[in-house]
Amino acid sequence: MTAPLPYISTTNACKLCKPLGAAIAFRGVAGCVPFLHGSQGCATYMRRYIISHFNEPIDIASSSLGEKHAVYGGAANLKIGLKNVMAAYQPEVIGVATTCLTETIGDNVPMILQEYREELGRAEGPAIVHVSTPSYGGTHMEGFHAAVRAVVEQLTEESAPHQRINLLGGFVSTADLRWLTSVCRDFGLEATLLPDYSESLDGEIAEEYQMLPSGGTSLPAIRAMGGARATVELGSTLPAETAGTHLQQRFHCRLERLGLPIGIGATDRLFTLFSELSGRQIPARHRGDRGRLIDALVDGHKYCSGKRAVLYGEEDLVVGMAAFLAEIGIRPVLCGSGGKSGRFRQAISAALDGLVDELPAVYEDIDFYDIEQATADTEIDLLVGNSKGYAWARRQQIPLIRIGFPIHDRIGGQRILHLGYQGAQALFDLIVNTLIEKKQDDSPVGYSYM
Amino acid sequence: MSSGHFLEERAGQVQRTGAAPLAIDCNKDSLAGAVSQRACVFCGSRVVLYPIADALHLVHGPIGCAVYTWDIRGALSSGPELHRLSFSTDLRELDVIFGGEKKLEQALRELIERHRPAAAFVYSTCIVGIIGDDLEAVCRRVAADTKIPVLPVQSEGFKGNKRAGYEAACRALGRLIGTGDSSGIERHSINILGDFNLAGEIWTICDYYRRIGIKVVATITGDGRVADICRAHGAALNVVQCSGATMDLAVMMEERYGIPSLRVSYFGIEDMAEALYAVARHFDDQQLMERAKRLVREELQRLMPELLEYRRVLAGKRAAIYVGGAFKAFSLIKAFRLLDMQVVMVGSQTGTKEDYQELAEITDEGTVIVDDANPLELSAFIREQGVDIFVGGVKERPIAYKLGVAFCDHNHERKEMLAGFQGMINFAREVHASLTSPVWQFIPCRIKEGRS
Repeated sequence: MTAPLPYISTTNACKLCKPLGAAIAFRGVAGCVPFLHGSQGCATYMRRYIISHFNEPIDIASSSLGEKHAVYGGAANLKIGLKNVMAAYQPEVIGVATTCLTETIGDNVPMILQEYREELGRAEGPAIVHVSTPSYGGTHMEGFHAAVRAVVEQLTEESAPHQRINLLGGFVSTADLRWLTSVCRDFGLEATLLPDYSESLDGEIAEEYQMLPSGGTSLPAIRAMGGARATVELGSTLPAETAGTHLQQRFHCRLERLGLPIGIGATDRLFTLFSELSGRQIPARHRGDRGRLIDALVDGHKYCSGKRAVLYGEEDLVVGMAAFLAEIGIRPVLCGSGGKSGRFRQAISAALDGLVDELPAVYEDIDFYDIEQATADTEIDLLVGNSKGYAWARRQQIPLIRIGFPIHDRIGGQRILHLGYQGAQALFDLIVNTLIEKKQDDSPVGYSYM
Repeated sequence: MSSGHFLEERAGQVQRTGAAPLAIDCNKDSLAGAVSQRACVFCGSRVVLYPIADALHLVHGPIGCAVYTWDIRGALSSGPELHRLSFSTDLRELDVIFGGEKKLEQALRELIERHRPAAAFVYSTCIVGIIGDDLEAVCRRVAADTKIPVLPVQSEGFKGNKRAGYEAACRALGRLIGTGDSSGIERHSINILGDFNLAGEIWTICDYYRRIGIKVVATITGDGRVADICRAHGAALNVVQCSGATMDLAVMMEERYGIPSLRVSYFGIEDMAEALYAVARHFDDQQLMERAKRLVREELQRLMPELLEYRRVLAGKRAAIYVGGAFKAFSLIKAFRLLDMQVVMVGSQTGTKEDYQELAEITDEGTVIVDDANPLELSAFIREQGVDIFVGGVKERPIAYKLGVAFCDHNHERKEMLAGFQGMINFAREVHASLTSPVWQFIPCRIKEGRS
């Protein structure tokens, strides 16, 4: 493997910008309208990008700043925008994320919002959460985590201790969120899952058009998160300061951090924790899922054994997938991410400990061009990541296993289940069948048995 | 939801045909908080220049602007595909503090070295407008050393709307035009402006022009090539579609080189035929006209039987249109009319007063006309007007689907050609396919309203 050249420019980025992550996180709060303080294009581009994955409406408001606002400040437009969002959507919460424009012209958003609340002169009206998300300050993952933290920092209050747990699931699919909810239910754990866009970004078709889709973490539940027994925060490359650490520091809420439960080992760890928190055995349904999964892994192991994969995308997702691939005998040869947490390499090493003889090349802050360069002289059987690797996969005729975000060239990207034994089962079937299909298609024989 | 929920400040941007003399408010900044379907100045520039396939398109700014426009459009190339890559200077915090010029210059040099493009466009984004990088100076230095045109595009997102972006792109193109050798270009020659070669449309259009005896010099904004653009001043006529995007360029070329221009549209049978006739009339050549008429006759003979089949099924259905530029709406109204369908709502992101006047003249009484709409208005009008099929782009599609309404993708990533005579058939097919799908019988609101 060749180390990528130290190029200055970025070609085909393997990351998105910070406000996009914030907008998705805010969409997971009940009755919340995401609002970008900046020029109109940011909101529209992100809407388009998100719609192409979820196939759902996502209304992201904008303060639509123009040239004079860039000179004199965006306060007036921010306030007009908030007023109009209230009139059009009657939201319970507005999640204001800044952009590079408003961060650089120096708009003091907390102060403007304080002024606005005073001008409004009443206690009612939506809660307004703000988060600083200049595009140049990080990727969509930093934006996502910053928004989740902002929600609990600004909305969670002192509350009497209660039996609920907080579950901070990270940027996972809507199917993943539904799975997390069902697992908690099966353990008899009452959980506040934040954010929860399982319905608001993957809704049923309703009788009435909903300007604000139903679903999301409810405001009362968020307010009470400080009284929870524990916070379970998923992710292995999380920033030092997150919603979980805030709840721990301010409300002394026990914090348990685990990597995304992708594959057997990581799911076992989550189930062990849930078992402890609930005082219950692992429910029969999930023991059954696990057993069937292992049975399937045996059935298909020879098709995976010794295959080589390149993984890319959000760091937490890549860490989880790398471990799962290693569990099924596929060797991760390169793990790449546009993210730059500083924790990626260490997290990969920890996740693969005992599973592989040789660690993969790990690159933070890398783009697709450099990933491709770095693997040019390496044999690869699979690419595993979002749909943005398609051009490369097509050029090199390497099968692409689509996971994560975005999936722009297939329907149902939001419904891909990655987590748990069920997610591992679905991914395993997909991976093995993809490998079989490749062999079948490339073969002159056309075998009709696997 | 009744129209009582509409935002007051938007009242002037919504009108109804026949209610009063049309006096629509338009071409203004989007209202804050209204969730406009519009993008920004950068978007306008990117749209126009994107299909120039052998140029390097470097977005100078943080990663978002480049990554959201990576391979975003179906603008096909018959050769190089450099335009399908996404290049960014990927500015970080320190670049914003200390300025991004050095990084831009290094990025340009390495990318030109790596890809050997015929020219480079450097797009400025919001942040660049604020930190004040001197794009002009950097581009000049790099152009001098690399011996290729390196053109700044002043497309800071906040400096106006999409239209301002079109202008910035046209200014950049203006610097290329006239720099090439235009000798040996025939008398009956044209440039095609404002067709983006989505799904290969421009190849069909070029073929039509070739068949009637017209030479196409440059297809500037669709399957574009730098060398063609440099010699585009040698053409006798500019044929301009999507007039919002490229009319400025045509005006500039008329002032500078005396090249007249024609506004056309390639959507729908009538407009497609007229686009050929208008060019033939311009050259005042009987042979051209005869050939154009023959071509139209042949094409119509081929497609009419199938079209009439669709018409039989689609007659009486109600359509809504929301598109970027109003020119597309004119053609769509005519195309729906040909299918015996009624347009009951029409709107655009960037229409002008004249555009909306024209829309009012060609639509039936009671048709809603809307400028710079948003999901609140679109969803309300679709219900209020009893729309059966909605035509729009990616951001409009989920609104229609959630309402249980059929949809036709007239967006920029589409895979089906909608221009030309074949395009009319494709359009009818798509409208028919969506409208007649059995899926609508399961939609709760349609069941409730007895529409399924």
